[in-house]
Amino acid sequence: MSKKNLKRLDLIFKNEFDTEAILAKTLVRSHDEIINDLISSGLKGRGGAGFPTGLKWKLTADNPGDEKYVICNADEGEPGTFKDREILSSVPHKVLAGMAVCAKIIGAKKGFIYLRGEYKFLVPELNKILDEFHALLDKLDLAFRVAIFLGSGAYICGEESALFESMEGKRGEPRNKPPFPAQKGYKNMPTVINNVETLAHTYSIFKYGPEKFRDLGVKDSRGSKVFSVSGDTPIPGIYELEFGMTLQKFVDDFGDGDAKAVQVGGASGFCVPRKKFSKTVIGYQGKLTGVSLPTGGSMMIFNSSRSMYNVLHNYLDFFVEESCGQCTPCRVGTQQLLLGVEAVKKGEKPSSYLDKLLDLAETMRITAKCGLGQSVANSFSSIVENFREEMIY
Amino acid sequence: MSEKINLRIDNIAVSVTEGTTILDAAKKINIRIPTLCYHEDLCVAGNCRVCMVEQVGSDRLLPSCAMPVAEGMEILTNSLKVRNARKKIIELLVSEHRAECTTCYKNGKCELQELSSEYIVGEDGFIDLIPFKDYTIDLFSPSIIKDDSKCIRCQRCIRTCAELQSVSALTVSHKGDQMKVTSFFEKPMYEVVCTNCGQCVNRCPTGALTERTYIDHVWAAINDDRKHVVVQTAPAVRIALGEALGMPPGEIVTGKMVAALRRLGFDSVLDTNFTADLTIIEEGNELLQRLKKVLVDKDESVKLPMTTSCSPGWVKFIEHVFPEFLEHVSTAKSPQQMFGALAKTFYAERIDADPAEMVSVSVMPCTAKKFEADRPEMRSSGYKDVDYVLTTRELALMIKQAGIDFTSLPDDDYDSIMGVSSGAAVIFGATGGVMEAALRTAYEVVTGREVPFENLNIEPVRGMDNVREATIKIENPLPDWAFLDGVELKTCVAHGLSNAKKVMEAVRAGAADYHFIEIMACPGGCLGGGGQPIPTSPEIREKRSEAIYLEDELKVIRKSHENPEIVMIYEKFLKEPLGHKSHELLHTHYKGRSRY
Ligand SMILES: Cc1cc2nc3c(=O)[nH]c(=O)nc-3n(C[C@H](O)[C@H](O)[C@H](O)COP(=O)(O)O)c2cc1C
Ligand code: SF4
Ligand code: SF4
Ligand code: SF4
Ligand code: FES
Repeated sequence: MSKKNLKRLDLIFKNEFDTEAILAKTLVRSHDEIINDLISSGLKGRGGAGFPTGLKWKLTADNPGDEKYVICNADEGEPGTFKDREILSSVPHKVLAGMAVCAKIIGAKKGFIYLRGEYKFLVPELNKILDEFHALLDKLDLAFRVAIFLGSGAYICGEESALFESMEGKRGEPRNKPPFPAQKGYKNMPTVINNVETLAHTYSIFKYGPEKFRDLGVKDSRGSKVFSVSGDTPIPGIYELEFGMTLQKFVDDFGDGDAKAVQVGGASGFCVPRKKFSKTVIGYQGKLTGVSLPTGGSMMIFNSSRSMYNVLHNYLDFFVEESCGQCTPCRVGTQQLLLGVEAVKKGEKPSSYLDKLLDLAETMRITAKCGLGQSVANSFSSIVENFREEMIY
Repeated sequence: MSEKINLRIDNIAVSVTEGTTILDAAKKINIRIPTLCYHEDLCVAGNCRVCMVEQVGSDRLLPSCAMPVAEGMEILTNSLKVRNARKKIIELLVSEHRAECTTCYKNGKCELQELSSEYIVGEDGFIDLIPFKDYTIDLFSPSIIKDDSKCIRCQRCIRTCAELQSVSALTVSHKGDQMKVTSFFEKPMYEVVCTNCGQCVNRCPTGALTERTYIDHVWAAINDDRKHVVVQTAPAVRIALGEALGMPPGEIVTGKMVAALRRLGFDSVLDTNFTADLTIIEEGNELLQRLKKVLVDKDESVKLPMTTSCSPGWVKFIEHVFPEFLEHVSTAKSPQQMFGALAKTFYAERIDADPAEMVSVSVMPCTAKKFEADRPEMRSSGYKDVDYVLTTRELALMIKQAGIDFTSLPDDDYDSIMGVSSGAAVIFGATGGVMEAALRTAYEVVTGREVPFENLNIEPVRGMDNVREATIKIENPLPDWAFLDGVELKTCVAHGLSNAKKVMEAVRAGAADYHFIEIMACPGGCLGGGGQPIPTSPEIREKRSEAIYLEDELKVIRKSHENPEIVMIYEKFLKEPLGHKSHELLHTHYKGRSRY
């Protein structure tokens, strides 16, 4: 099967050399008009939480602050995903244009790209582009500057409040919420933080208007989404697809003919077994499509040769190590889940211990401080419930 | 303008100001929500997740310590969902904790133990994680023991050390399952910037941070017939000891404490307050001498402002953080160490005891005093001046061990000599007290008149404000002090090392022209010391402070220089303040230390 046969979109990656024109046209519009366009487009954050982008900008614009900031979240820590890297290296001007419009609306003079440490190699090229972009902003009379901040390598630093802490020179630990970034973000000032992809989408909305974006996708999930497809697929890679596709269709297009499960949304996402493929739609709504995936975009296919116990074990290893460690349910809970499934597998604990662990995962979901601890239950419960035998024997 | 917010907690209506947390709103209607990482003295961390409550209609639970109230909220603190989650979280903490309660120093006083007993955490809990962990038990410090296997990572200690003390000796290192509380480069506490103040010990909910105890050493000395065991008690012990023995905060138990010490078998029961008075004479004269050298002799080698030196936490702090200011610190030893030096010289002579067979014990509200007693400089009697330092908490334990019913003890009096003291000495236990005591004496030495404050109470230096300033104008001094005529003596008082740091930064920046600065390492002064009964809170410290000032008022002698034993010791032994003997026994020097 070749990539050409796939029904793909080409909104984000299409290189359009009209940044100046789009910015000039957008910056003269009223703030309300722009925000209303964003809201009516249905654009939601592509970094995981799925918060409506227009509303986020509006809230931040309405909150008073001596300084305000726009931050592009390019920490992209989810294993196996590199869609944000692709966007930043192929269409960085779209992301920057989104930041500039946001800055004008909320009243920010400074913006940052929080770039994953491993993407350091992008810095020279990005700096060159930033110089050109700053010159363009001067021409358009917008006092706004963007700088690059290199991340420290911990997965948790992609979580917005841990990201602020890290930028402030502190240990990357999530903060209590409220206050939210729109109230107190970087340096305790109102801050908009958006995923790379989210910002790139705003550009398309400025350019084509909200309707075109809205026409794509289904109900609560509008527009297109960039996915990193990996696992048991003959064609791994980055794909821009329309929301609303069923997993069956997805597996038909990308699988190797023997898919038994798809992990939607990476370690923090849900595992969908074959029997639910046709009922599951990729999008924000509905439990199985993961409303709270910390990083949207990872699709991993498992064929029947895979041990789902090993898959789960890998995820748990990841969480045990990547939890920031501050809150009890996540720090200790992840260790207990890992040791617990090992004990059941070895026969040191009865299979009923899995039920105690499912209960624990649920407690973690409702008590952990941030999205990381809260979402461990997604993969844990969906794998244990759907592949219980594989956990025991 | 803060508005009133109306909500219901467990179906009880409550109205609180905007910004109040759910936890505080619940307290207002006497609903207790369990907490572990929360502490009244510290900023909110929200990391233990024990305080979770349910908001009707929300899926996830809310951390009540961190969540502000909102209009119309319906909160449940005891729903099935809350109880299940809370129990799980306690079980998780227990699984990561070396729960060997019967052999733990904090047994019976541990907040985790209390919660796990309340929630009946049984054997069917989670897998014990301790066998999978490397943990360190740091036994190197003479003051504090840090046992990582007991740590529940609530970070109260870290916040204490950073927020209250600006020391930041403790920090979080690593993440995930490896995350732990540690010091710079994971060195032992003894080797880092830690001041031994013990404020972290006061706030640690478990047995992870405790004082190093010398109870058994002291019992051994008491039970050794050849030894003459002398005990001294610091000013702030007498107003807090009762708390550790079942009494409410703010009880003055001086007489009972003396009676108990005698029952425990100490041979001489004496008072650090005596040397507190002596400190005032020595330090007060040092201040006047410095003023003379600066103002009259224009001697540039003499430094002002002079700072107090009685708080060993403060002394170690300045050695680490402002070593360029060591010449500003009074050379007078702390009352504990003055006492130790005199016990094995002057007192031994008086009672005809062999100082080699004397054991000198002190009871202190402080853990830093343990380190201080171990300093190599503190051997001017020819022996270790203070052999063992016990905290208020340790004395309470000894009293319990001895089966003494403390509350029913009749009052008793200190032995003489070195047992008599003034009201000025007892207020050493409160922030501002040393300043007040020094002013009562120095002003009178200079002018021949009492300080111009009603009833000798120098109110401007009292209270719990972080930094307090007071200026006293000197008019019509005695002929010897004519050079001070018209001088406005500028003083400053700070408690808690973060406030000390602010004051010293102002001094360094040339923005403060004080003559004399009192600094106590602990919040509230010694009454809030790291060796005092646990728990501590602003309210408890306020009660202790009231008791201290009451004890002062009740004293017949209110000024150090009027203490007859002080008059006597200068006549018979020391001859004069700052004299030869004083220098040998009562003064010391300091050394710079690294910033980390
Ligand atoms: C553990 C964790 C890791 C996260 N990592 C990222 C990340 O790498 N990139 C990202 O854009 N958002 C990440 N997020 C989500 C951010 O917190 C935040 O919601 C997002 O940047 C907001 O942008 P959006 O509204 O455009 O989605 C993470 C969240 C969690 C809980
Ligand atoms: S949920 Fe995990 S990552 Fe998030 S704050 Fe708690 S310990 Fe840290
Ligand atoms: S004893 Fe004091 S200085 Fe040392 S770690 Fe504890 S709080 Fe910090
Ligand atoms: S040492 Fe004590 S106060 Fe510090 S984190 Fe551990 S349990 Fe909490
Ligand atoms: S007391 Fe609220 S989270 Fe610890």
